[in-house]
Amino acid sequence: MRKQIEEIAAKILMIGAAVVVAGMVVLILGTVLWRGLPALSWEMISQTPSGGYYLGKGGGILNAIVGSLSVAGGATLLSLGLALPVALSLNVYFKTHSRLAGCVRGSLDVLWGVPSIVYGAFGFAFMLWLGLRASLLGGIITVALMILPIMIRAMDEVIHMVPHEMLEASDALGATRWEGAWKVILRQALPGLASAALIAFGRGIGDAASVLFTAGFSDRIPMSLADPAATLPLAIFFQLGTPFPEVQQRGYAAALILTAIVLTASALARLVSHRAGRFVIR
Amino acid sequence: MDRDSIRQGLDCWGRRGMVATVAMCILLLLLMAMGLLWKSWPILSSHSLAGLFLSSVWKPHGGQFGFLAFILGSLCITGVAVLLAAPVSLLTSIYLSEYAGRRIRALMSPLIDLLAGIPSVVYGVWGVLVVVPLVKDHLAPVFGRYSSGYCVLSAGVVLAIMILPVVIHVGLDVLKSVPQGLREASLSLGANRWETVKHVVLRRAAPGLLAANVLGVSRAFGETMAVLMVAGNVAVTPKSAFDPAYPLPALIANNYGEMMSIPQYDSALMLAALMLFVVVLGFNLLSRWVFARMELRISG
Amino acid sequence: MTANTPIEVKDLNVHYGTIHALKNIHVSIPNCQITAVIGPSGCGKSTLLRSFNRMLDTMDDVRVTGGVLVDGENIFAANADVPRLRRKMGLLSQRPFLLPMSIYDNVAYGPRIHGISRHSDLDCTVEKYLRMANMWDEVKDRLREPAAKLSIGQQQRLCLARGLAVEPEIILADEPTSALDPISSRHIEQQFRELRADYTLVMVTHILRQARRLADYVLFMYLGELIEHGPAAELFENPREELTKDYIKGTIS
Repeated sequence: MRKQIEEIAAKILMIGAAVVVAGMVVLILGTVLWRGLPALSWEMISQTPSGGYYLGKGGGILNAIVGSLSVAGGATLLSLGLALPVALSLNVYFKTHSRLAGCVRGSLDVLWGVPSIVYGAFGFAFMLWLGLRASLLGGIITVALMILPIMIRAMDEVIHMVPHEMLEASDALGATRWEGAWKVILRQALPGLASAALIAFGRGIGDAASVLFTAGFSDRIPMSLADPAATLPLAIFFQLGTPFPEVQQRGYAAALILTAIVLTASALARLVSHRAGRFVIR
Repeated sequence: MDRDSIRQGLDCWGRRGMVATVAMCILLLLLMAMGLLWKSWPILSSHSLAGLFLSSVWKPHGGQFGFLAFILGSLCITGVAVLLAAPVSLLTSIYLSEYAGRRIRALMSPLIDLLAGIPSVVYGVWGVLVVVPLVKDHLAPVFGRYSSGYCVLSAGVVLAIMILPVVIHVGLDVLKSVPQGLREASLSLGANRWETVKHVVLRRAAPGLLAANVLGVSRAFGETMAVLMVAGNVAVTPKSAFDPAYPLPALIANNYGEMMSIPQYDSALMLAALMLFVVVLGFNLLSRWVFARMELRISG
Repeated sequence: MTANTPIEVKDLNVHYGTIHALKNIHVSIPNCQITAVIGPSGCGKSTLLRSFNRMLDTMDDVRVTGGVLVDGENIFAANADVPRLRRKMGLLSQRPFLLPMSIYDNVAYGPRIHGISRHSDLDCTVEKYLRMANMWDEVKDRLREPAAKLSIGQQQRLCLARGLAVEPEIILADEPTSALDPISSRHIEQQFRELRADYTLVMVTHILRQARRLADYVLFMYLGELIEHGPAAELFENPREELTKDYIKGTIS
């Protein structure tokens, strides 16, 4: 009898916890919608702020939208160029339990856990050393560094799931490992790799601390790599910190748009990884 | 050059190039550690360690950099967050792994992913809109205190929700790795599901679940934006959950503008960044050690 | 043993989703004998075994119709006390699954769950059943050590002791020796012969020779159906069905 009571009590607590978790999602997204939806308008997303240096009360947040997409997009591409060879090498050129591979994965594990503010601080110092000012380029480099471990880890997992026999079949036909990597593994893992890139993009665009020092901020759309670039997270932060309701409205709209972009990227990532490419073997 | 030697050449050089990129990863880690160390060296060498880490006097203009208030602030907020998140995530993981049917799991999984995807800033906005007024108008009066709402508790609550997804996710992985045969062995002896969970599954999964929480702590420690917006940012050691606090990441984020104008300020902020780096490294090594011990225990 | 046929299966059908895994099984398992369930892989032997102690409940998407009577009670009745039923049946799996505890605690787990808490009682129980599994002398000095340190043969015997400690009436064994080396297998088989005196054993095996060595009663299954069943001597010497003949001869496997 006591056993049954204990089980029922435990079940109540467990279901309660799950409800709390689910409830939080609804609450947070609901709040974002509640405040953001009324503030959303065509002007908001098609115009840059007017009337003064990011405290102006008119206009929209186009500067931040374009800035964010540029920074995150550029960073994702840059990171991709490094992450793909690393992830492929780890699985193709290294033996499964080689110590070097273990070391690298361990380093990446640590890097994955490093807070984005540290990347921001490091990126800032790095930029100073290179002689760059806070700009689009600075933001791209820093965000690329930050999302690199995330992308590599995600890609590593995807490539790891490709059965080893496939690579062995390629070997047995006399192909080199380079060919095996780029012609076989890549094709099989393509949906998962695309998904990994989208996940990293989502993380990169949503992060504020990495661009805080490095991308600058501006009312205008960045036209070159040396221009400072406004980003959505910072736009939200700055605009909500002002006492003007019109400016705050822009902040809420920005929050809604940012959340929408990130969740879309995440949903796309899931979709892409589930729909197999033409040549993928299940 | 015939075709085969081109292929061999490509393989050989391609291999070298790709392995070099791999080495770059380790290099990045070392570079970061060294860079931070180098940049914080000026302040480390000109101040005593006690003066830096055990003093809470923070007067950059006067050359006094006592980090204690910030360190304690970070610890308090992280502590509150873990205290709130650990039980909720544990219960949720157990429920989803041992009790929930397929449909409920399919429903919760995207919800948890959603929670993980929400950007830090948006959590901050929500915190300001919902949690801060809640604490100020409803919770603090219940305890007979006044609070502006921007305090340890608010930051802790927001942070707890932020680390829930990662702790639940890792927790679920750990529980999934407990072999089904183990549960069957217990059930076939006549134990009911809860007894099986309590005595067998949790025992086996304990190290992994602990590591999941360590991971959560690590994430909580480094979180910047959301905490920045609700913690109050007053450079005083918090004496209660309703007092404001100034965690290390917020310190760095708030003051970078003044970094260059006050001597050694930039070095101090870099030291704060270095502290975060070391803490995260430490937690990473700790959770690896916990996992390694788990392997040892299983294989006898 | 009270009833003469402790397990009676009536029109049992089991569906995994759209797959019809067990088709109209109708048989009675005799008392205090070793009943072997034989047949090619995928024929439903394990499913049948797991339906006896309602282990199928732990899987998704399973539909069971028909009835299984244990000591006269239908185990699929809505108000059936499943833990009590499971206690009546000990399950020995293919791979030994040790509980993450010491050797002593592994054996004591069952009795503790069912209410025995006095230290002296537990000590007695643990010793009694370790002896019954022929393990006492090997482990009596290291009862508090983690069970994971035992060899695989010892682990399987520990699982046997653990299962016996809850004092079941029926022992279900799912290919109990397939993961073991020949010497350990022989130990287990020897235990089964000794246990036959007091327990009913139902053993799934894909080793025909093992069935010949041990079985008193045999069930032959093929693709989810019970093709033939009867006393071992009869079934092996004079099988009635063609399929049975083919399986025994080795034509199908």
